This record gives sequence, structure tokens and C-alpha cells, in this order.
Amino acid sequence: MDAIVTTKLTKRFGDFVATDAVTFTVGEGEIFGFLGANGAGKTTAIRMLCGLLKPSSGEATVAGFNVYKQTEKIKQNIGYMSQRFSLYEDLTVRENIRFYGGIYGLSLTNIRQKTDVIVAKLGLEAVADSLVVSLPLGWKQKLAFSVALLHDPKIVFLDEPTGGVDPITRRQFWEMIYEAAHRGTTIFVTTHYMDEAEYCHRVSIMVDGQIKALDTPAGLKKSYNTTSMDGVFQILARGTSTK
Amino acid sequence: MNRFFAFVKKEFLHILRDRRTLLILFGLPFLQVLLFGFALTNEIKNANIGLLDNDHGAHSQQITNRLLSSGYFQLRANLQSYRDIDAAFRQNKIKLAVVIPANFTNDYAHGWSAQIQLVSDATEQNSAISLTSYATAIIGAYAAEQQATTASQAATPMRIDVSTRMVFNPELKGAFVFVPGVMAMVLLLVSAMMTSVTIAREKETGTMDVLLVSPLNQGQILFGKIVPYLLLSFLNGCLIIALGVFLLHIPLHGSLILLLAETLLFIFMALSIGLLISSLTDSQLVAMFASLVVMLMPTIFLSGFIFPIESMPRPLQFIANIIPAKYFIDIVKGVMIKGVGLSILWPQTLVLAGMAIVFIGLSLRNLKTRIG
Repeated sequence: MDAIVTTKLTKRFGDFVATDAVTFTVGEGEIFGFLGANGAGKTTAIRMLCGLLKPSSGEATVAGFNVYKQTEKIKQNIGYMSQRFSLYEDLTVRENIRFYGGIYGLSLTNIRQKTDVIVAKLGLEAVADSLVVSLPLGWKQKLAFSVALLHDPKIVFLDEPTGGVDPITRRQFWEMIYEAAHRGTTIFVTTHYMDEAEYCHRVSIMVDGQIKALDTPAGLKKSYNTTSMDGVFQILARGTSTK
Repeated sequence: MNRFFAFVKKEFLHILRDRRTLLILFGLPFLQVLLFGFALTNEIKNANIGLLDNDHGAHSQQITNRLLSSGYFQLRANLQSYRDIDAAFRQNKIKLAVVIPANFTNDYAHGWSAQIQLVSDATEQNSAISLTSYATAIIGAYAAEQQATTASQAATPMRIDVSTRMVFNPELKGAFVFVPGVMAMVLLLVSAMMTSVTIAREKETGTMDVLLVSPLNQGQILFGKIVPYLLLSFLNGCLIIALGVFLLHIPLHGSLILLLAETLLFIFMALSIGLLISSLTDSQLVAMFASLVVMLMPTIFLSGFIFPIESMPRPLQFIANIIPAKYFIDIVKGVMIKGVGLSILWPQTLVLAGMAIVFIGLSLRNLKTRIG
């Protein structure tokens, strides 16, 4: 069963069409890159898939659930991490994990177990009871990703998760993403960094609310006859600007 | 349900972590009550007075005794002449001079117009007004007693004319007026401002999105935000009532349960204003200013807390009617000081309940359209 299926998914704000008849399919365990310039409609699409925004028209299912009628079921099955920081800075590392475990209905023993695993894996033993505000940004983002995976969601939506993070941490972050995908979690990720697009299994490029290209990174480079994803992106973006 | 508790617990952690806010929350009512109750009071205790008795008769003696035994005044200077009054005022020795002219006792006993003059230091306007009105009342009471005992004998009623330089101020304000006002203000501040700011903060940092993506529904998020502040504000309300009753000796003639219930109602109303504000703005700063401008200012100036509503110009009186604190102050005064119950206070209660329903409805509608 496919993780995400959309058919002509559209969102209008008045006369403005933010997402214009978008159709794509994301397979289970796939790392799906969702690219586009600012204002291309990426965030609107993500918000619809997460059940935060009602589509104007079109169809979509997430983890097999309808985005119109089964948003509660969808929410239980997805994780979400935004470019804006999604942890509470005035709570400690442990308290953040306990809180998110709590609102996803995890049992206390389960939460405790997972807290230990996360703390050990990220090497946070020394700061587990410190306020999150005192952690460096890279650690925070890795922690936020772990927390988004806390309830073992089928799909994780990452909205520019590596914004402002140094290259080494980005690298580590992508290792965590691969690990999660390897366990069968579907990853839906937006990014500004074209080198990160190379890491994805498949990439879609959105321009003015429409998906202009969708293929593997290798396939895209081949069909646009360029050596990098950055090249592909430039061609697509310029193509619309001369229209 | 466990999800909800996890959320409420998180809210409490936020509140407890923020020591400074917590200190303000609980320090503020203390300070306000003490300030308004003691420092800013117009109550008179052992005020220094000077006496210029040119009569030395029985009645002047008795009136002097009455004044001094009242507890409000103490004799600081026996003055010999009008000139002394001026000097005593200038040296700040006395706050009030009582002038009893020669032949006062004689005039009084014959039922002629007997006069006493009260001169007060008007540089302290408020206490001057209070002092003269207290003294006038005491002298008036004496005259009334005398008249009652001698009415059958004397053909003409005995009269004392007290001439003062002050106008009598019928609305002597003290702790009785301030405490309900402080209560309304603090509860509004804590409930409405804190709730609106905390929701705006989640929107600003982006955690609100994460909450909305989680299985928590909107009701759980809203009530999870309300519950801690409802508890906190209620504690605050109890604290202010206790301070008022035990420290400022405000009577509690009516039902304590009714008072607490009305307090809860008012808090709920204030929280619904907070929710409404937070549903209209995404920024903490705007939420804070909106709370201050929309609620705190009108509450202070228009609720009758500091300036009596009756003496406001018409348009302001009209606006005063839509200020929730006005109704709450009425209720608190009614229950505590007048000892009346719901049979009298139901209109005010109804207004507050109606306001709460309207605000909650509006904020739910706003949140819905945001999602849709």
C-alpha cells in the first residue's frame, strides 16, 4: 500500500491558487524530496496532508486515510517537524520527550524506555535534565527529529528540518533519516539545499503551485541534461520566469 | 484523558519555570491590596489637631472631648489666637484646627445660632476632606443627642452650625472599594493576559503546529491552556479575599460559596477574553498590548474602581456598562459588604455569564475559520 496518494489536490485562498492540482504517490519506506522555491506551495501541500488545512478540491490519502474525513486517524499515524523549532525550550530534554509521548498516548514505561534510547543514541546523557534552550541548534534538531519519531509513525513530514544547521550536523541528520527509512518509515521532506535533494529516493519540484518534475535524482539530471540537482532546479525555475 | 493530563502538566511546567511571572502573579495582588488598603487609604487615625477654644464653656468642653475620644484625632496644640493656626499649619504640626468662638455655650444653650469653624490644611486635599467630614459628623452627632434630651424643655431647637472650608464628600473611599477593584484587575490580568500570551507564544515558536498535528483535538488544547490558569487565578482570587478579610477587615456578610462561585465565573469570563485575543493574533507582543489596552485600562478607569461611574460624562458611562469588571465589582461589594445574595445579584451574574458565552463562541469560530 502506498503511504501517500494525491489526485489533483488543490488549495485556493480567494483567487490565489497555492497548490494547483497536485498528483503524486509516495511509496512506503521511501524518502520523498519535496522541493520548490519559497512560496511555491510546499508548505500549503504539507499542511493539507497533515490535516491542518482542508483542501479546496481533489483527493488525497495519507497512510490510507482520507484527508477530508479521517484527519484524526492521520494525525495518529504521522510525525511532524517544522523548520521552526518544535520543542519547548523552557522544558528539559526528558520533559519534552515525556510530553510528546504523553500527547500521543504512549504508556509511561514505554516513554521511559524510549527516553533512555534517545538520550543514549544522541549522547545527551549529561544534558538530559537541562533545559532545551541551552543545547546547540544541531542537537536540538536531532532531538526534535527523534521526538517526531517517538510514536513510531508510518510517515514523517519534515519541513526544512536542516535550516541553519552546520554541514556536519546535516550529514548526521540525514544518517538518522536513512535509518528511519530503513525501518520502514516513509519520509516526506522539504529542503532548500540541493545537495540534500541528491540523498532522496525520488524528488518532486514544485513551481507556482504545480509539480513540474518528479523522478529519481539521477533520472532528473539525465532528462534535464545537467550534472547536479541545482542545475535541474535552475532550469525549471528559469523556465517559468521567461514564460 | 491521559493525553490531556500530559498537556496540562506541560502547561504547569511552563508556569513554574517562569519564576519571574510567577512572582508577579502572586506578588501583584499582595502589593496592590497592601498599597490600596493601607497606603492610599483616606481613613483617619490619630490625626493631629489644634484647638482654639475661646469659649471654655460646658458644651465646648464636651465637644472637644468627643472629638478627642473618637480615636480619629489627637490634640497637638492648644492655640491662643487665629495667628497660631496659621503658624501651626506652616510648621506642619496640625492637620485640622477646630475654632470655637466665645459665647458658644451661651448661644447654643439659648438655641441661637452657635458656630464652630473647622480649618483644614488643603495641601493634602483628600485627607482634608476626610478630616472635616469626620469632625462635622462627630459634632453633628453631639448636637443631635443634645437635642433629643432637651427637646421637651426647650422651645426652640438647639443648633450648631459647623462651617468648614471643605465640601462634604459623601463617597468616602477606602479598602471597601479598592479590594473588589484590585480583585477584578488582578484576575483579569492573570487570566486573560496570561492565556492569550501563552497561546500566542506557541504560535510564534511554531509549537502550535506540532500540537495541531498531534492527536490532541482543539478542545483539548484550549482547555489544557485554560485549566492551569483557571486554578492559578482562583488561588489568586482566594488570596485577595483572604487578605481583604483578615488584613483589611472587610466584612464578609454574604455567602462565601456564592462569592467563590462568582469569582470562578468572572475568571472564566476573563479566560474567554484571553482566548478571543489569542485567536485574533499570532504574536505575544500584540496579545499583551491588546490585553492591556482592551482590558486593563478600561478596568482601571471606567469600572468605577477609581473614579465613580456616576460622575463620568454620559458617553463614558455608556462604555462603562460593557466593562465586565464593573459587574464583578458590584457582585463582590454586594456579597461581602451588603450581604445580599443571588436574588439581588442575578442581573450582574447573568451579564458576566452572557459575556463568557459570547467570547468563547467568538474565539471558537475564529479558530475554526483559521483551520478551514
